[in-house]
Amino acid sequence: MAEEKIVNKAKKLPRHPMPEQDAKVRARNFEEVPFGYSSETAMLEASRCLRCSKPKCVEGCPVNVKIPEFVGLIADGDFIGAAHKLKETNALPAVCGRVCPQESQCESRCVLGKKGEPVAIGRLERFAADYERAQGKMTLPQIAPATGKKVAVIGGGPAGLTVAGDLVKLGHQVTIFEALHKTGGVLVYGIPEFRLPKAIVQAEVDYLKALGVEIVESYVVGQIETVDELLERFDACFVGTGAGLPVFMKLAGENLNGVYSANEYLTRSNLMKAYLFPEYDTPIVKGRKVATFGGGNVAMDSSRTALRLGAEKSYIIYRRSMDEMPARDEEIHHAGEEGVEFLLLSNPKRLIGNEKGWLTGVECVKMELGEPDESGRRRPVEVAGSEFIVEVDTVVVAIGNGPNPLVPSTTPDLKTNRWGNIEADLETGATSMPGVYAGGDIVTGAATVIQAMGAGKKAAAAMHDYLSGK
Amino acid sequence: MNRIVAKEEFSQNPGVKMMQIEAPRIARKAKGGQFVVFRLNETGERVPLTVADTDPEKGLVTIIFQEVGKSTMQLGKLEVGDCLADFIGPLGQPTHMGDFGTVLCVAGGIGIAPTHNIVKALKAHGNKIISVIGARTKDLLFWEDKMRALSDELYVCTDDGSYGIHGLVTKVEQELLEKSRESGEIGLVIGIGPPIMMKFVCKTSEPFGVKTLVSLPTIMVDATGMCGACRVTVGGETKFVCVDGPEFDGHKVDFDEMLKRQSIYLEQEKEAVERYRHQDSCDCCCACGGDQ
Repeated sequence: MAEEKIVNKAKKLPRHPMPEQDAKVRARNFEEVPFGYSSETAMLEASRCLRCSKPKCVEGCPVNVKIPEFVGLIADGDFIGAAHKLKETNALPAVCGRVCPQESQCESRCVLGKKGEPVAIGRLERFAADYERAQGKMTLPQIAPATGKKVAVIGGGPAGLTVAGDLVKLGHQVTIFEALHKTGGVLVYGIPEFRLPKAIVQAEVDYLKALGVEIVESYVVGQIETVDELLERFDACFVGTGAGLPVFMKLAGENLNGVYSANEYLTRSNLMKAYLFPEYDTPIVKGRKVATFGGGNVAMDSSRTALRLGAEKSYIIYRRSMDEMPARDEEIHHAGEEGVEFLLLSNPKRLIGNEKGWLTGVECVKMELGEPDESGRRRPVEVAGSEFIVEVDTVVVAIGNGPNPLVPSTTPDLKTNRWGNIEADLETGATSMPGVYAGGDIVTGAATVIQAMGAGKKAAAAMHDYLSGK
Repeated sequence: MNRIVAKEEFSQNPGVKMMQIEAPRIARKAKGGQFVVFRLNETGERVPLTVADTDPEKGLVTIIFQEVGKSTMQLGKLEVGDCLADFIGPLGQPTHMGDFGTVLCVAGGIGIAPTHNIVKALKAHGNKIISVIGARTKDLLFWEDKMRALSDELYVCTDDGSYGIHGLVTKVEQELLEKSRESGEIGLVIGIGPPIMMKFVCKTSEPFGVKTLVSLPTIMVDATGMCGACRVTVGGETKFVCVDGPEFDGHKVDFDEMLKRQSIYLEQEKEAVERYRHQDSCDCCCACGGDQ
């Protein structure tokens, strides 16, 4: 049978790795780690796709990117066509190609993955988006005739950018209000340059501007203008203000000099470019020995940033084992290659400082895994008497973020749950206030870029219905 | 946007300057006690400054700053007509308004600026105001006239005796609190100035049991509650100055911890200032950017 032949052929062609900077070299610079596929490699990799008639990969994607179609276009050498196909459903393909956890989404559903390795969908997405950007010719999609409706998008992160892109294409007049001086949310303040070059985010933001989206930066909604006030001059609002409130561990010594929240550490380095101090004015403590608490992607980003800022030692201190670590395998792998040391089954107990208020060490206790807890992961329990001290001069606390309270606390009619997340319908983003929609981390708690984009897509569709009087 | 429309130099060494910035929305919205963040240019840092005055009709926000680091020195070099890249606000919580009877406002040095805006609001609310303003020396005093216009009583001190009462503001504070001990007329003390001065304003008022508010000038980055750079311990709990403050019950603030945290970047600040001064004076044409 012909199909069997194709399967056999694909099996013979192994998944193509992406060339990347040598680990020792890249651990000391902020340039992007992987180089991306060449055109030849991309076409070969794309040719592995079986073009299933009922593609499971599409179901695995929160924004249902037309995967077999765009991969097919790459296989045929039509890279620009592939980029356009991606942009039909995904406003930020160059970003998603880099930061999406494909291994647990689209690629986890790929038929080829059952007996071998799945098609490298993420790498191909990145390739097509980069190819188009490199051509320097941005082609704009058809924009529907103006509806005369005005929409305010609060927060210029992944959710807000997606809503803005979808609604402007439908003919609505969209304004994004961003609190920081640069639009992109976590894409600019959180994710480091070596994982997501800021020029790429800027290009995506410029694309939205070209579509007609107005962007107002340095505008803190909740302070300068409330949601209720915005509703007097806009027909609808989308709240995508993210999970911006850092969680500390309430340990003794947590306010010592040299102790950072991951938000502060990464914001200083990424948004404010403190790694280029003194050319840039914002300073950062360049620790010699840095410990990051936590095991998620943010913890990996922090520990790898520490190395690039010149740390001799960069530890991840995590209370469970490697198997439970929530970070992507790729990030853990990259961190390990670069020299990050993992102190697993270890939990910080207190931070130790000197008389001048500077951190000198962290006392940890060994943990062992007990019965599974409500998250399904085995609950770590302390091993009595196993305390030990790690000498460090910098600590980055990366154990998570709570919802940003600025908008909820100044919008009395907006219902929140007991953690402060906005209550919103997960299918439509509708909140307790008519005309006000919400999505992304402010609703779900800290999640991924693509999940926020998925929520943005659904909210945009619902908002369009609302604005059209449906 | 964010255009400087007026500038005045209050003192030369150290430089203390006043600027009026065109920012109509902020001017309309900012209340006493709130602050703004400025960023000068693409490579600039985000610097918080408490609002000194606003003119909602003209759309102007007044800031007063002392040139202590590179960013404030650079700001001081700008002239009328120049623009700031970013001018963000209002931020933080406004001063809680109420009928306190008599409010004793103790302001030191640059702290006179935020005190002015708070006094303006408290006065409009119907409170009686006794103000004590002071500085190290006469040249560093400013806005005596504006403070006098808003205050029912005004005392002026200098540490070196070059003007007004010879002595620290806390000396006058002590005397006034003693005078009010029986009548109990002073219902609130507000102390704003350098951290060490605020610490002693609080120490002075504590035995009298009069609530004392301070406005904390901590280090900040985003100033919207996102990073926690500004955290302080108040009554044993960690608070974020940018969203929970900037004003707190001074008797509960851990000033010693705060003073230590203020010193985190001293070395880098020194480096930045030296580099800036050199660049400013370096006429060489080697394009060293002042590095050599």
